[in-house]
Amino acid sequence: MNAIVFVAGAGVISGIGNNVTECLNSLRNGDAGIGKIKNLKTNHRGLLPASEVKLNNSELAALSGLLLSAPRNAMLSMVAAREALEDSGISSIRGLRTGFVSATTVGGMDKSEDFVIDFIADRSKGRLRDIINHECGNVTALVAEKIGIKNHISTISTACSSSANAIMYGARLIKHNILDAVIAGGTDAITRFTLNGFNTLMILDEQYCKPFDENRKGLNIGEGAGYVVLVSPRVATLLKRDSYCSVSGYCNANDVYHQTATSPEGDGPFAAMSGALSMAGLQPQDVGYINLHGTGTLNNDSSEGMAIKRLFDPYYPKMSSTKSFTGHTLGASAGIEAVFSALAAQQGFVYPNLRLQTPMAAFPFIPETEFLIDTRIKHVLSNSFGFGGNCSSLIFSKL
Amino acid sequence: MMKVYIRSAACISPQKTFNSTSFLDKLVTYEDNKLTCIEPDYSEVIDPRVIRRMSRVIKMSVVSAVACLKQARVANPDAIVTGTAYGCLEDTGTFLASMVEQDEDPITPTAFVQSTHNTIGAQIALLIKCKGYNNTFVSGGASFENALSDSMMLLAEKNNANILVGGMDEITDMSHAVLTRLGLYKRQPVSNINLFEAKSKGTINGEGSAFFLLANSATEGDLACIDAVSTFYKPVDITETTEQVTSFLAAEGVDKNDIDLLITGNNGDEKNDAVYSALQHSVFDSIPTVNYKNLCGEYPTSTAFALWIGAKMIKTNSIPAILNEGTAIATPIKKVLIYNHYQNSYHSLILLSAC
Repeated sequence: MNAIVFVAGAGVISGIGNNVTECLNSLRNGDAGIGKIKNLKTNHRGLLPASEVKLNNSELAALSGLLLSAPRNAMLSMVAAREALEDSGISSIRGLRTGFVSATTVGGMDKSEDFVIDFIADRSKGRLRDIINHECGNVTALVAEKIGIKNHISTISTACSSSANAIMYGARLIKHNILDAVIAGGTDAITRFTLNGFNTLMILDEQYCKPFDENRKGLNIGEGAGYVVLVSPRVATLLKRDSYCSVSGYCNANDVYHQTATSPEGDGPFAAMSGALSMAGLQPQDVGYINLHGTGTLNNDSSEGMAIKRLFDPYYPKMSSTKSFTGHTLGASAGIEAVFSALAAQQGFVYPNLRLQTPMAAFPFIPETEFLIDTRIKHVLSNSFGFGGNCSSLIFSKL
Repeated sequence: MMKVYIRSAACISPQKTFNSTSFLDKLVTYEDNKLTCIEPDYSEVIDPRVIRRMSRVIKMSVVSAVACLKQARVANPDAIVTGTAYGCLEDTGTFLASMVEQDEDPITPTAFVQSTHNTIGAQIALLIKCKGYNNTFVSGGASFENALSDSMMLLAEKNNANILVGGMDEITDMSHAVLTRLGLYKRQPVSNINLFEAKSKGTINGEGSAFFLLANSATEGDLACIDAVSTFYKPVDITETTEQVTSFLAAEGVDKNDIDLLITGNNGDEKNDAVYSALQHSVFDSIPTVNYKNLCGEYPTSTAFALWIGAKMIKTNSIPAILNEGTAIATPIKKVLIYNHYQNSYHSLILLSAC
């Protein structure tokens, strides 16, 4: 077994930028990607804010090189996965066993939504090309074929923790010497399905979301894709450039409380965070920055905060929710935040938690509100919790 | 890969596989290109108030998972891993339809909440209070195989562990209508008895849920061992497919003469089945072979059903007559290979042996 796995490349597209550089600039400048819905065709336009990628489908098709008939989700995935792959330089090494582990919760749902409008009225209607990529796995396969990966293609869907589990699975495939390199992360486009789903659950904020604020009202849906390229130590030594950081710990645990709510004491989040620390051989005080799950819902932030209090009190690391920039990108969130966390571990970045006015009264800690560079940061914890009690935490460590 | 032990297995399928004392002694026949599961009484396992809100695939999966744990006498496994290509289709369809019909003002979130692909793993975890690792693969025709690989890696990472792993997919009215229009199924109704005689385009639709309790140490009563699982994607031609199979066997140190039985995924579609036929003239030449999709139909996680059969055949050292089309098979059955491909995209190999 390989003992350690390195992050050799990163790629991201989200409401705050179409690549790593653009996203980082927005994070640095405090520019949120949330705003009025412009691309998605929905009755909620103008009523519910969201963080859309600022490209329409034609522009994304051109950027990704995929056909306009492909799901928007696949285009987002393609842009970020290709950036990560090129950034890593692994294509220059011959004979690598490379995999693509991608997470998504919606698959080709945007096209399925168009299909069902005609199909419901008449089962012989609806354009078939709009339904052929409905399955989550098809989106992964479309992108894998386009970037030329065949050795391993898999798709994970565990709600909002999906891409954390993809990164974990990718790391383990390398540790078990099944693969040498893995592009791991996730993608999710905004669809009417998810927007309406979360709306019926009444957990969407009609204003810009305020993670970890006492007066938070809910989340804003976001979209995007984020991938890291994980490599074995052998591959890392063959690359021209140093890796960003290592993946030193991870843990997947179940909260066993409720299908759509996390336990008040944050049992699942606590188990995920402490499991990841234990695997990395770290103490809570070794963590320099937590990239919070921080959706902005009443339930998540209080549950996550409680788990953090239980684990870290009285020494709290710096922390923030970058969902205040990107919105909640669901199955893509842990992939996008893994990219931000890898950069944080490498360069000591601490991203601001936007719009924080009144810190939560229940907790003694306050998330950071300014962009900081703290080079003492050695370890970054990234949290992702989802429906079904799925809780996952990842730790990225400075080299 | 380190071999793992199958301590128990439970399967709900279009055949009498659940809570059955016999092993596939009589074929249940279907005449309309659609094989749907024989469903048990769910109320013995799930609270009747909860059952009403659950779609078929959730009910079938939860009940087969619980039965599997009960057989293994394991109350709480270390992890739950599921593989499902379609996820909770019925709930997805319900929410989509209500969204369209109500013009984006769907009244209830229930279908949305239950449409997420990890609902099955989550519901099992909630029911048995399993706080451990919980993961769901949705990799089309490799979903169950990925779940198996994940489980086998977990078992290699942790001592004295046991893992509940399952594969499941359901047929819904919507999906059957769509997949029929996409040309997956035979144009004329074909009885599953005659599936392999039809020699025409298309297969028959199927569904099922099968769960296994895997452990990294042996226990008396284990059904069989899984030595290895491997997948490959879209081979360019039959030569590559042959090479992939050959290198899998070589990596496992298995000579084809060591394999007592091959279980293949023939589904009655001429083009699909040509792949198996070509391999049976080369790398699989002279290995006794049985098919299984006349029993369960074609669906992306059908290999979970195949694994259930394979493990049972090893354990009982017998081949049900309905599976055997007259092949002479040497006993004891010690090594079984399952080879399947789903629409020539994902191919998979699962190697089983007697413990």
